[in-house]
Amino acid sequence: MSMQPLLSVRHLTTEFQLANNQVARALENVSFDVRPGQTLGLVGESGCGKTTTLMSVMRLLPASGRITEGNIYFKGTDLLTLSEREMRTFRWKEIAIIFQGSMNALNPVMKVGDQIREAILMHNPVEREAAEERVGELLELVGIQRQRGEQYPFQYSGGMRQRAMIAMALACSPALLFADEPTTALDVMIQAQVLELLKQIQRNLGLTIVLVTHDLGVIAEMCDEVVVMYGGKVAEYGTADLIYNQPQHPYTQRLLKAFPDLNRATESAESAGQDLVTIPGSPPRLNALPPGCRFNPRCEESMEICTQIAPDLVDMAAAGADARHLAACHLLKRMKIEDQ
Amino acid sequence: MSSELILEVNQLYTLFPMRQSMMDMLRHRTPEVVRAVDGVSFQIQKGDVLALVGESGCGKTTIARTLIGLEKATGGEILFKGQKVSVDGRDKQAIPLKQLRQRVQVVFQDPYESLNPRATILDIVAEPLDVNSLVRDSRERQERVLKVLEEVGLRPAEDYLLRYPHELSGGQRQRVVIAGAMVLEPELLLADEPVSMLDVSIRAEILNLLNALRRSRGISILFITHDLGTVGHFADRLAVMYLGRIVEIGPTVEVLKNPQHPYTRALLSVVPMPNPNLRRKMVILSGETPNPINLPPGCRFHPRCPMAVEVCKLSDPPFIALGHTHQVACLQAT
Amino acid sequence: MSDRWVLFMRNLRNFWRIFSHNKLGMLGAFLVFSAIFVAVFAPLLTPYAPTDTIRDANGRGMTFAPPSVHGPLGTDDAGRDIWSQLVYGARISLTVGFLAGFMAMFVGSLFGIMSGYFSGRVDNVLMRITDILLVIPDLPLMLILVATIRQMDLRISPTSVLIVVIGLLYWTSTARLIRSQVLTIKERQFVDRARAFGAGDWYIIRKHILPQIMPLIVANTVLILSTAILIESGLAFLGLGDPTKPSWGTMLNFAFDRNAVTNGAWWFYLPPGLAIVWVTLGCVLLGNVLEELLNPRLTEHHLEGDQNMIAIKRNGAE
Repeated sequence: MSMQPLLSVRHLTTEFQLANNQVARALENVSFDVRPGQTLGLVGESGCGKTTTLMSVMRLLPASGRITEGNIYFKGTDLLTLSEREMRTFRWKEIAIIFQGSMNALNPVMKVGDQIREAILMHNPVEREAAEERVGELLELVGIQRQRGEQYPFQYSGGMRQRAMIAMALACSPALLFADEPTTALDVMIQAQVLELLKQIQRNLGLTIVLVTHDLGVIAEMCDEVVVMYGGKVAEYGTADLIYNQPQHPYTQRLLKAFPDLNRATESAESAGQDLVTIPGSPPRLNALPPGCRFNPRCEESMEICTQIAPDLVDMAAAGADARHLAACHLLKRMKIEDQ
Repeated sequence: MSSELILEVNQLYTLFPMRQSMMDMLRHRTPEVVRAVDGVSFQIQKGDVLALVGESGCGKTTIARTLIGLEKATGGEILFKGQKVSVDGRDKQAIPLKQLRQRVQVVFQDPYESLNPRATILDIVAEPLDVNSLVRDSRERQERVLKVLEEVGLRPAEDYLLRYPHELSGGQRQRVVIAGAMVLEPELLLADEPVSMLDVSIRAEILNLLNALRRSRGISILFITHDLGTVGHFADRLAVMYLGRIVEIGPTVEVLKNPQHPYTRALLSVVPMPNPNLRRKMVILSGETPNPINLPPGCRFHPRCPMAVEVCKLSDPPFIALGHTHQVACLQAT
Repeated sequence: MSDRWVLFMRNLRNFWRIFSHNKLGMLGAFLVFSAIFVAVFAPLLTPYAPTDTIRDANGRGMTFAPPSVHGPLGTDDAGRDIWSQLVYGARISLTVGFLAGFMAMFVGSLFGIMSGYFSGRVDNVLMRITDILLVIPDLPLMLILVATIRQMDLRISPTSVLIVVIGLLYWTSTARLIRSQVLTIKERQFVDRARAFGAGDWYIIRKHILPQIMPLIVANTVLILSTAILIESGLAFLGLGDPTKPSWGTMLNFAFDRNAVTNGAWWFYLPPGLAIVWVTLGCVLLGNVLEELLNPRLTEHHLEGDQNMIAIKRNGAE
């Protein structure tokens, strides 16, 4: 598939100014592509930079944050070269976002339909009637009955509120949708409903989605390509199939093993009751990063060089394969060189 | 796993009357009732882990709160090691709840909210001792706390005594909570979503810790969660709840491999699996779990059940036994 | 337990570190403490007693004398030094203000905790009393009460009457504030946890509720003090203070009654007025800053914050 990527992030580096004059590198040299109509997953534990990545692309960082390096190409335009005003024409109209926990951020004293209408009118000053009609369309699109637009958020259940947020995000028919932990707070059945809805919308509207979550199961279900992040950097990047079936980076391997899998558990009665695989230690604090590879303090295969130099992304794909598979690990680089 | 029963719950009911408006009160309307726990029975053997699984509103947290006395049971029986526990203070023969509290401890979901942000770790872990006036000597108090901190993996324990919760990571805080639960040497632990708010790799650590404690101390655990994934590795038996009732209960591996209740089957079919090539038929139930105030007639699951037939609307299914330890409440189970 | 002392000192040091950088807070603290200093050390700050008449070289009382070397703030209609009256008056104003303020705070907190924690009937009764008092305007009610009590000719000094009346009527806003905070804290999980261990009500109030609301009480007290001083000044200005022990409000009363305005003796009415502003402003600044600092909100940057936590709370309570 050699289609031009819809979004192309190159060498993105974001820093935050902290209270005591420290600087935290929340993102370093993050690169990935998203092809039109596909779903890309950003997965990692808390503090790995996945939300910061979305905020950087949308240029919605708080005052203390700055993008210090990199390019963000959307449909060929580098978003970082735009003025704030120009950027606003992209936000919501081309790229929309469902924030983490946003289902609880609906205005409680405003009817849901009105809130969606506001979102429309803010970006597309059209006739009120046209906007109302669009609100009805959007509600139907997400599986909410039109009349329920007259209700208030407290009258909606959690799942419905999340759908309302999706409706709001799609108000201006964006090409790209960012979803930050869209189902984390939902029950598993409602989660299934919402994910199914997203898949359906993607099929019908050709929507491109970037999904951020810590849940490896959701990623497997939804995503074509996956970026595994750790400590603000890309640890591994490839198709979902390669990441799950042939994980290369030690972090990815251990993360997959630590994720409880029902299938594995039921394979044998002996495996039940056995200890789960863990990754000792904690993710690094971004204002106190270890030198060299950020994962090395917790890595079992850590070598001398890992504590000194940060590894680059190495292409691990088999020769001749058209799918990309990159991983940042010195050990892998060494093995690859030996292979050749 | 000995055959001694640590906990036996029979037809437990916890109902909450709704607040009435002035008008309704004047008209002497009977208040509507939230049937949070609507006739639940189960048993836990010594040293076993029973997982109680269900979605929000199914009543699993209310069961834990009722067992520990934070909510008042409206009806039913709780037996601890064969002895009746007093649910409403009336039965003179029954053990008072206060006594039970030393044998049964709770671990809650949110490791930040469970700890008083203005108290030191020492005070937090020693709280059960303080509340029950169990130690006079401050030295003994400190030693007991140190011992249990070591046991949960917070080493060196002395370093943690004077710290505050916000100085610890989420995983460490949850360990403190578990330490606090262990300090009275309980025989039964009620763990309500103990790992839901933690990162994936930390979850595994805490689950392993609970497993280790269970092996070393022989405690039994009632493990309440919505996350079916964690259940497989950890629980001996699994009970699935829906709208205040248990719909299926049995050995974990059996329920997971061979689910009989349509709700269990649906739930299992939609749990996200970390396998992108998986092809399976997902049974995505439509709608949401109805309000526990207005329960549907007959089987409470029938409005959403893909297998519902006429009789399901009429009668409430009793438990049908399949094998000697697997039970399911469905009129169509074979 | 020296460990606790170490902990306390550490917390105090942390607090001071942040507080000392807050300019408004430091200003407020300065204003308040300087006023307290003046009140405490009044006799050392002036050679005269407030009732002494300052006489000139001829032995005549220097009435309405402008500020001079004899008295930095001049004299009043009877030749008494204004500065002396001011510094001694500080004692009265501050004493009444502080005592009344503390009393109001105490009653208010007590009611607030009872109401918030026990709910039910206790809450209903206390809140209805609060509502009634809130509805009746403060100053007129206090006026009437003070005047009536004075009429009753009981052997209570006018100052004490002021303290008691203000203290017993001014607690309503505190009560409401504390109550709403207690309602929130009561529902927090660490309180549930304590209950699960078998903690009784008094234990929970003592160990969990009080420490959480202490910062609020402290901040609120300082603000209450400012208003108590203002109320005292107001009532004294209306003539309800003790003329033998004049507070700043009483001084203002005298100033207006005794024609300081028509005589152009600005040094008579400006200083007490400014003194009241000085202290009140100080209390307000200090109180606001304290409230900001002591409020346990998250002031961390999101990257410095909780590790290992997925901060989303699950939807749906049971």
